[in-house]
Amino acid sequence: MKVLVPVKRVIDYNVRPRVKPDQTGVDLANVKMAMNPFCEIAIEEAVRLKEKGIATEIVVVSIGPAQAQETIRIGLAMGGDRGILVQTDARAEPLSVAKIIRAIAEEEKPGLIITGKQAIDDDNNQTGQMTAALLGWPQGTFASAVVKDGDKLMVTREVDGGLQTVELSTPAVVTTDLRLNEPRFASLPNIMKAKKKEIAIKSPADYGVDITPRLSVVKVTEPKKREAGEKVADVDTLISKLKSAGAI
Amino acid sequence: MAVLVLAEHSNSALNDATGKVLSAALAFGGDVDILVAGENARPAAEAASKLAGVRKVLLADGAPYGKPVAEALEALIVPLMGAYDALFAPATTNGKNAAPRIAARLDVMQISEITAVIDKDTFERPIYAGNAILTVRSSDAKKIVTVRGTAFPAAGAGSGAPIETIAAPSGPFASKFVREELSKSDRPELASAKRIVSGGRALASSDQFQQYILPLADKLKAGVGASRAAVDAGYAPNDYQVGQTGKVVAPELYVAVGISGAIQHLAGMKDSKIIVAVNKDEEAPIFAVADFGLVGDLFKIVPELTEKL
Repeated sequence: MKVLVPVKRVIDYNVRPRVKPDQTGVDLANVKMAMNPFCEIAIEEAVRLKEKGIATEIVVVSIGPAQAQETIRIGLAMGGDRGILVQTDARAEPLSVAKIIRAIAEEEKPGLIITGKQAIDDDNNQTGQMTAALLGWPQGTFASAVVKDGDKLMVTREVDGGLQTVELSTPAVVTTDLRLNEPRFASLPNIMKAKKKEIAIKSPADYGVDITPRLSVVKVTEPKKREAGEKVADVDTLISKLKSAGAI
Repeated sequence: MAVLVLAEHSNSALNDATGKVLSAALAFGGDVDILVAGENARPAAEAASKLAGVRKVLLADGAPYGKPVAEALEALIVPLMGAYDALFAPATTNGKNAAPRIAARLDVMQISEITAVIDKDTFERPIYAGNAILTVRSSDAKKIVTVRGTAFPAAGAGSGAPIETIAAPSGPFASKFVREELSKSDRPELASAKRIVSGGRALASSDQFQQYILPLADKLKAGVGASRAAVDAGYAPNDYQVGQTGKVVAPELYVAVGISGAIQHLAGMKDSKIIVAVNKDEEAPIFAVADFGLVGDLFKIVPELTEKL
């Protein structure tokens, strides 16, 4: 079974985003970028499926600027076989990304698409579900376990209040939650090897997809700041402060 | 103009999230109908019909909807959207699972987790885990929106809207519900709790998490949360997680015990009305957002607090 893993290049998880003074967005100039953490989990899960002999080939896909090649290389160093970069400097919304992934899936015919449940920049949590809908495939979102059972996939999902298991026919789309696995670090020899792996460079037009955004940014602002309160000396003071604030 | 609200419910009861989505839909404007898709879900539909501002309740009752998969909700809702200008769904795991499928089928770019309705096309939503607020304008004719419940008030009581039964597609669908393991608890659910006590990595073990956090939560009649560090270390189950990738909460009182206050945790709780922090490190970032901070050993402070409350 071929596995397609769409990944996104985003601001590094540990960097605090800064809103631009002109309110047009978040400042990404000279900021450390990395693979979206949920996408790393998706790559790891695909590699584990390959190690178990379930996945036969892993194709890492990204839609983004030329630098997204570096993100694909990380995926290849972790165990991906080849990459496809759909290169664009324009802002691609989840709906456009889902249309491009659908077109790639129609060409590549994967048995499974695994991707992150959301990207930590726009926090949309849409691409996997939209891709599944456009392909008419079932989905297992927010996965914390993926088990192949004959031609079915059993996906355990993190839902409000606990865990839920769904059975999917294949081909299917799975989106990853945090506790699905702990992604490996790419070793130096694997990073060197990944440099020789093939990355095909495409454009949205190659797939006949118009990526004109449907949503326009009116402004991006800082959230309301919360002021630090006071430190209290002991439990008794805390209780009396909480009482006078009407909290207890 | 007409808006369809997707109800969050347990078949036998309506979840508070529904009323908050209704408040967002009423701020958007137009006639608002609530869709209750469930199995033997008439009690939930009756509760929905008693919310203020509802034109009518649509009840789609059938076996696939007791624990509906996204594919079943897609099959039900996409045809209904011919009669509506917008779908407002809760940003619960259920809403987040289904809404993008419906949006894609209607060729609409969804607007996720809105925190304010500015006008018919314009909404506010947090991005970068709440480190920035995006005001966004949609050019789509129909709007598909998910709503962050903590940002909207609960709905009031109304005089009773009619309940209309509609046909529910029976499937089969390409995915199937198999089972659910829900944490059994008499405590308030995190999303709707008025008070929350959360524990962090400093609790150091699952036993101590239970021994120190639970009695304080019981005393306060509070829901129980945890930081990602505590969940990852196995001190608390994953559905306790408050933060960027867990639950976003805004109770009246949030007590953070042994939580340092990483960005991703703050993103999930900084809209709480009153924040109390107990931490032995006086430089911990949690104190920068806490109304009342107590520096010291949680293993002494928490039992004393539990005792004296």
